[in-house]
Amino acid sequence: MNMEETNVIVQPIDKAKVRHLLKVAFILFVVTVIEFIIAFTLASGGLRTSIFVVMTIVKAFYIVSEFMHLGHEVKGLRWSIIFPFILAVWLIIALLMEGSYIHLENFN
Amino acid sequence: MASTTATATASTANLWNGGQSPFKVSYGKLMMWIFLLSDAFTFSGLLVSYGMTRFSAESWPVPEYVFSAIPFYHGSAPLVFVGIMTFILILSSVTMVLAVEAGHRMDRRGVEKWMFWTIVGGLTFLSCQAWEWSHFIHGTGLGGASLSSNEYGPPAFAAFFFFITGFHGTHVFSGVVLNYIIYYNTVRGVYDRRGHYEMVEKVGLYWHFVDLVWVFVFTFFYLV
Repeated sequence: MNMEETNVIVQPIDKAKVRHLLKVAFILFVVTVIEFIIAFTLASGGLRTSIFVVMTIVKAFYIVSEFMHLGHEVKGLRWSIIFPFILAVWLIIALLMEGSYIHLENFN
Repeated sequence: MASTTATATASTANLWNGGQSPFKVSYGKLMMWIFLLSDAFTFSGLLVSYGMTRFSAESWPVPEYVFSAIPFYHGSAPLVFVGIMTFILILSSVTMVLAVEAGHRMDRRGVEKWMFWTIVGGLTFLSCQAWEWSHFIHGTGLGGASLSSNEYGPPAFAAFFFFITGFHGTHVFSGVVLNYIIYYNTVRGVYDRRGHYEMVEKVGLYWHFVDLVWVFVFTFFYLV
């Protein structure tokens, strides 16, 4: 093992890059803390749910774009990964509507 | 970095007739992305069907009061334990990006250190989940929860809890196994000999995905 070590050149830490990564981690941390505060202070309802959904998307954006580096890949790859989620959007709308109608049928 | 990229391009040039890998990523990373995309759809299916069942149910438990216990404390502490779990997973994602960063610099010691902490984070998360499951199954003395019964509300709530957090936990577990394999190879000097640490990036993608899914599970199972 030590033999190979001699011909590997270790580069110095890229301070700016590490600082950027820690900044992203800090944003994720802060957003989660805010989610907790809201969970305990705001009454549950449409407003609270919408805030949670938006904050989840913000967190997902930072994880995918920065941690998974997708924001820095070529455009074609970015859209190949993001675009299919339009199907998930359809699924959410279709099944949640269906669920509400089943509720109406059974309990009203 | 420059020499690493040069060797990587040279060795893949004959694999792709265009002389360049599609989307300017290696085939391994591209396949990992496509796998994660399909995996994301599986999780979407589970979470959306949870939503549909919840919308169609007569009543639904408030998660904050179901998951309000923490170890060594006999009071009600809504969401605290799951909050700790969330932070553990975010932290292990941070140590993972630092491992990837060290890999770019061919810094074996750095990769070893950060991969080690990522594995520790993953194991801690799994232990927390085991405790949470055990607490949920045993319940508060009113019969607890199983796939067919649930003292907190509709049995479907318990079933979804087991399926969604269980499927996620399985991902965490396999992520820890993959991380361990990469850690082992790093210690053995495999990637130094290979000339690049791309495997760390690939398992890194998987690990961040596990964190990403937890962000959604946390919101839609525990917060909303």
